[in-house]
Amino acid sequence: MAILKTEGLTYTYSAGTPFEKTAVDHVDLCIEENTMIGVIGHTGSGKSTLMQHFNGLLQPTSGKVLLNGQDIWADKSKLREVRFQVGLVFQYPEYQLFEETVAKDIAFGCKNMGLSEEEIKSRVLETANMLGMEKELLERSPFALSGGQKRRAAIAGVMAMRPKILILDEPCAGLDPKGRNLMLRQIRDYQKKTKSTVLLVSHSMEDVAEFTEKLLVMSKAKLFCYEETYQVFRRADELKQLGLRVPQIASVMQTLRKKGYNLPEDLYTVESAKAAVLALLRKGAASC
Amino acid sequence: MEKIIKAEHIVFRYPADAEENQQPAKNPPILKDISLEIEKGSFTAVLGHNGSGKSTFAKHINAILLPESGKMFVEGLDTANENLLFDIRQKAGMVFQNPDNQIVATVVEEDVAFAPENLGVPPAEIRKRVDDALKAVNMYEYRNHAPTQLSGGQKQRVAIAGVIAMQPDCIILDEPTAMLDPQGRQEVMQTIRKLNQEQGITIVLITHYMEEAALADRIVVIDDGVILLDDTPKKVFSQVEKMKEIGLDVPQVTELAYELRKAGYAVPAEIITEEECLQALEKIL
Repeated sequence: MAILKTEGLTYTYSAGTPFEKTAVDHVDLCIEENTMIGVIGHTGSGKSTLMQHFNGLLQPTSGKVLLNGQDIWADKSKLREVRFQVGLVFQYPEYQLFEETVAKDIAFGCKNMGLSEEEIKSRVLETANMLGMEKELLERSPFALSGGQKRRAAIAGVMAMRPKILILDEPCAGLDPKGRNLMLRQIRDYQKKTKSTVLLVSHSMEDVAEFTEKLLVMSKAKLFCYEETYQVFRRADELKQLGLRVPQIASVMQTLRKKGYNLPEDLYTVESAKAAVLALLRKGAASC
Repeated sequence: MEKIIKAEHIVFRYPADAEENQQPAKNPPILKDISLEIEKGSFTAVLGHNGSGKSTFAKHINAILLPESGKMFVEGLDTANENLLFDIRQKAGMVFQNPDNQIVATVVEEDVAFAPENLGVPPAEIRKRVDDALKAVNMYEYRNHAPTQLSGGQKQRVAIAGVIAMQPDCIILDEPTAMLDPQGRQEVMQTIRKLNQEQGITIVLITHYMEEAALADRIVVIDDGVILLDDTPKKVFSQVEKMKEIGLDVPQVTELAYELRKAGYAVPAEIITEEECLQALEKIL
């Protein structure tokens, strides 16, 4: 079922000045519940501007954003409610930590929602647990944590509000490979557990290939496509023209396919490539 | 070969927080006895997980940090000698992760001129250096633009031009592509390789992207404050299990080759590029 829809969504910065620039141009989207979505696009393609419309940080110049079928700008007094339902985590969210303890920082959003003390406490614990943060950490100052844990604390603050839609802008920027992988697995587990929709804005094709079901691709202020991840990575040549690329392994597999090897189209992780190559090798051995 | 950077038994620890702690206990050392020599004109990638000490090491090269014990020499100059600070920083320039934190002026060419102005270079010479630097990073046509209107990759190239205008012999880049999209990453990597190959500038690149490290002549892996591996990319990445164990990774093609070899197929161990992977696969398929 669709949870978020946009109809002809358009946003123009500095309208009427010489710096006028349309950052989002007639975007029609229909985003489903319970999905893990990757958002990719060249710098300046409009993906961040688009994301900021989903929770009403920006108001469309024209067009609509519908959450559960309701125009979020129809009644401005309800915008606060929209922001509880659509959580947005900016890049480097650890710079936004401010409370005395990690627990208080994670609880901040929930407090604003007017939840009971008990409910807040249980959500803080549950969320910290999902992100692999040990209980002892919760009473520490957030500023005494390591970089990766600080970022988890900041993300947990939004997750604890249990938004129907969670938007994460480059949650793995600056993390090492192991840290990236762990963070992405924890985010995917959160998504599965809460059955919410998670939008993951990323510059890493390898990461979105491994962790998302669908991809939203922006290019030059327009929606280039919104499709299943494997379908998008078939279009390697088009992606390159947009200043994007496909994962290294997908590129190798596609070259082999073009040379006539009988490989499936949807190989974009090392694991699937390995399975397909091994299957081909065994078939070859059997026919000899 | 001439050594441009020489680190001798460097030990370093960050000072403990005195406020929380009346008698500050000493922090554990983040660098424990690092010795390393880097050849002039080479391209070295430094890998390591978050907190391994790789950025701390990089900051020793141009005297942002000084060793607690041990010595760091840049072209024979001791970084502990305060009188040599300007010379050292002119010889070894540094580029950081976030381009927005490194740009000081409101016009691209003024930003690039900032360092030579501070070095007291004559105006005519500054003009020439700025033009040359912007051409070297392929940003000359943007010289009159405002940096705010540039993409991340373009801003990062302007930051690199700002360093080149000092005419350094060595550039240290600390995760220069971490905040960039794939195209921006490619632009910056092409620029770095060009400066290394055409102008012979020594490059020290700190990165979390294994594909970028695969482009270097040499990879140094720092783990827990010591040098764990120091070899060519082919030799380093062929140790797939060790790399994963310390929280790093290998290029995807290397991993596929490794998996196939484990399954008993004759795939060479030292595959780090797409072309090598393709060739190896075509041989066995």
